[in-house]
Amino acid sequence: MTTPIVHLSRHYTFSASHRLYTDHLSVEQNQAIFGKCANPNGHGHNYGVTITVCGPVDELTGFVMPLDDLDDAVTRHVLDPYDHRYLNVDVEDYFDLVPTGENMVKRVWERLEGPLGGKLTKVILDETRNNRFEYTGAPNNADTQSQQDN
Amino acid sequence: MGNVLISRRFDFSSSHRYYRDEWSEEENRRVFGLCALPNGHGHNYTLEVAVCGTPDPTTGMVINLVDLQAAVEVVLEQFDHKHLNLDTPYFADRIPTSENLAAVLWDLIAEELVGATLNRLRLYETDDLYVEYFGESA
Repeated sequence: MTTPIVHLSRHYTFSASHRLYTDHLSVEQNQAIFGKCANPNGHGHNYGVTITVCGPVDELTGFVMPLDDLDDAVTRHVLDPYDHRYLNVDVEDYFDLVPTGENMVKRVWERLEGPLGGKLTKVILDETRNNRFEYTGAPNNADTQSQQDN
Repeated sequence: MGNVLISRRFDFSSSHRYYRDEWSEEENRRVFGLCALPNGHGHNYTLEVAVCGTPDPTTGMVINLVDLQAAVEVVLEQFDHKHLNLDTPYFADRIPTSENLAAVLWDLIAEELVGATLNRLRLYETDDLYVEYFGESA
């Protein structure tokens, strides 16, 4: 029997506040670029995060990865440090990085890439019901090469 | 004209149990948790079946949805309102996880689909948990 390779995705939530503002720009420039997201005291969202792992299905357990292992990694490395925090002030990831959805989805990837043992294939971050960010990792050498060929 | 992906959603409800006879009770409980409880439990599964192809220039269809629906429903009849371990022949030697169920459904649906190629199955076990299978194997 061949072993299927399956993608498994699980959805989690956390709530956090943030402010889109960078000291590298003037107050006026921040206002112009980030609008009300630059308001001085920040604001919050209920974030959704969907983590996808991929791999061969274990013949004994039928799992790509035990859900407890996935839950433990996401809880320890993302939910515990992010939930009910002010991202700019409480989370080192954003001390010098604007916590936009784009930057956050990449930071979540970087936090999980090691703990999930190379099985991580996609992170989806929902900032609101209408705003979604997806990241599948930095392009590898092969992809870069094929883009150059094109 | 380029390829278009078309996807249709189906619902079915089944029960299952995760348990390996050759393991002790304790080992089963350690690995499978509540899923190893003796009498099984169930889910409302949602299956999204995606087919990819070039729309027919005359009909404008990648696949006639009536045909897609018929092919999938024939397969799902075997699973809907059944106990996956006890009422279907597919899990004698593998655990009916969503991973394995998706691979089983892929083979059965691919066999039923005439003139169309399966692109993706997405199987939701709950709203927060789903697997995707693209027909790949190791």
